[in-house]
Amino acid sequence: MAATTKAPAPTEPAWRRATRHGLFWPVVALAALLLANTAFSPDFLAVGVRDGHLFGAPIDILRNSAPLMLVALGMTLVIATRGIDLSVGAVVAIAGALSLSYIATSPTPGSPVTVLTAICLALGVCLLLGVWNGFLVSVVGIQPIIATLILMTAGRGIAMLITEGQITTVTSAPFKTLGTGFLLGLPVAMLIAYGVFVLVALLTRRTALGMLVESVGINPAASRLAGVKARTIVWTVFALSGLFSGLAGLILASNVMAADANNAGLFIELDAILAVVIGGTSLQGGKFSLSGTFVGVLIITTLTLTVTIVGISPLVTPLFKALVVIVVTLLQSPRIRATFAARARRRAARPEEVAV
Amino acid sequence: MASVPRRWRVDRRYMPVVGTFVVLALILAVGGVRYENFLSLEVLANLFINNSFLIVLAVGMTFVILTGGIDLSVGAVLALSAVTAAYLIDAGWPVAVAMPLVVLVGSFIGLLLGVMIHVFDVQPFIATLAGMFFARGLCFVIAPESIPINDETFAAIAGWTTWIGGYWRMTTGVAVALVVVAVAFFLLHYTQFGRTVYAIGGGEQSARLMGLPVARTKVLVYVVSGTCAGLGGLLFAMYSRSGYSLTGVAMELDAIAAVVIGGTLLTGGTGFVLGSVLGVLVLGLIQTVITFEGTLSSWWTKIFIGVLLLVFVILQRVLTARRT
Repeated sequence: MAATTKAPAPTEPAWRRATRHGLFWPVVALAALLLANTAFSPDFLAVGVRDGHLFGAPIDILRNSAPLMLVALGMTLVIATRGIDLSVGAVVAIAGALSLSYIATSPTPGSPVTVLTAICLALGVCLLLGVWNGFLVSVVGIQPIIATLILMTAGRGIAMLITEGQITTVTSAPFKTLGTGFLLGLPVAMLIAYGVFVLVALLTRRTALGMLVESVGINPAASRLAGVKARTIVWTVFALSGLFSGLAGLILASNVMAADANNAGLFIELDAILAVVIGGTSLQGGKFSLSGTFVGVLIITTLTLTVTIVGISPLVTPLFKALVVIVVTLLQSPRIRATFAARARRRAARPEEVAV
Repeated sequence: MASVPRRWRVDRRYMPVVGTFVVLALILAVGGVRYENFLSLEVLANLFINNSFLIVLAVGMTFVILTGGIDLSVGAVLALSAVTAAYLIDAGWPVAVAMPLVVLVGSFIGLLLGVMIHVFDVQPFIATLAGMFFARGLCFVIAPESIPINDETFAAIAGWTTWIGGYWRMTTGVAVALVVVAVAFFLLHYTQFGRTVYAIGGGEQSARLMGLPVARTKVLVYVVSGTCAGLGGLLFAMYSRSGYSLTGVAMELDAIAAVVIGGTLLTGGTGFVLGSVLGVLVLGLIQTVITFEGTLSSWWTKIFIGVLLLVFVILQRVLTARRT
């Protein structure tokens, strides 16, 4: 494949080379969405300053995308090792339930120490849940989809156990900052999510870690024989996925300041997987694209916002998600690409025939 | 092991199903000891009545999982079928037309997913995930609110019950589910299609080299699963006498859990449709026990199912590890 695409490269026009790039269609989809929004409300892309904070639809998109970004980031790494993590939604619910229940029972819900303890407690437990998933996959050797299905099923039960089936509401100013606060004019949630994103990007792309993760995804046995600690890598990515989901759960809980064990992070695992796939990371593992996941997350968040702005019932949103996924995955499918390539070749060949 | 007479030894292929059966018997025994009236025919008959649609879903899911695929769309397709049935009957369509039509809606979505998976090489997980979103979105386009079904013919069909042997209450839903199980059993074990399903799960490349119709079969299993989901939706509409867009949320996970607890390997190639039925019964019994217990809250259902999944998955792991 690589050989055939490289050979005609010097003669083919730049736009055709651009369409071959993995991120071309996802970026087109995002641009189309943004354009459609601008057509609907002309000042959609305007960013202003109010009370010293940046505001506007693009900032909203970036802030709303924070939880999904975190979950999708962990998911990208897990998928790169040929795994999948279905339990992230349940972990999100557990993180919210734990932190808010802790704050609710403490005598000083407003004190930063209480909030910090609650955050550390929730993150610690979520890391452990990730470690549990990683243990089942890498040590016991259960398929990732089933190993994480266990926690996906039981996790919401555990979250309800923590909240005792109630929707715990809490007032705590420091905790609220996490989801709705601003720092240096930017939303705190966005700073956390994109800070983690940059950190992971640096760790995986500036060190050998990313390559090791991909090598495990391509062939776990071969990479182990080549001296890669495949088991540790798999274990680590699942642990990270748990940790990031916990962080996402804290942000989501702080957005509404209520621990709803049933609905917190419902279907976020599916959105995250969609975002990763739209971004061009294959579920077969072996390669991953963080920038792809970034674009995928923005597409899904913008889509959700668009549906609300246009005034369609948010309940219909899944239909649009399905259409985006179908179009993008079909355009990325090898068969369609081969058809396009064949047509392009035929078109290129035609003038020669005329000349002869 | 060696001291056990040969005819008492169980074929290793049946071990997971035997395990499911033991768990089922254990829950029944514990329930029987703890609660009065637990071991009554009424409780068991209700177990089938309340889970008839899940049995149908799990049967369809078994076909897909046997080939090594997965179908996440069944819960949403079930809802779509139920909503469409309610909508059409409410709009005055004759029941005799509407009922087969909604089953075909499921088959059609299954066909689209099968084509997407086989022809365009989209992974089953993603294709059926898109199918799930698509069907769920479509539900809300058709009817955002719950539609009651008041048609007399429909009520007559849905309300039909018979007493088998004078004690065992059976509804239309249960009868349909049992027929589906019988047909699936026949398809899987006595036809070329069934053998090809097992062969693809055992190794797609080998199946292709053996000259088996891999392409057709791979598309067909999704049609089977879609049809089962469509039928399940119809049964659910009968059961609830209405169509509502939010029914069957996460029901695909129940179906997958039932199939796994029933001893089918998710890698494909090994498993039985009767095991999946046992799996559904185990899930249903857990629910029944929690209802009987009274003081236990509903969330324990989820935790128990999770624990049970874990036990079965590890059991399967041990069994397959010994084989290889």
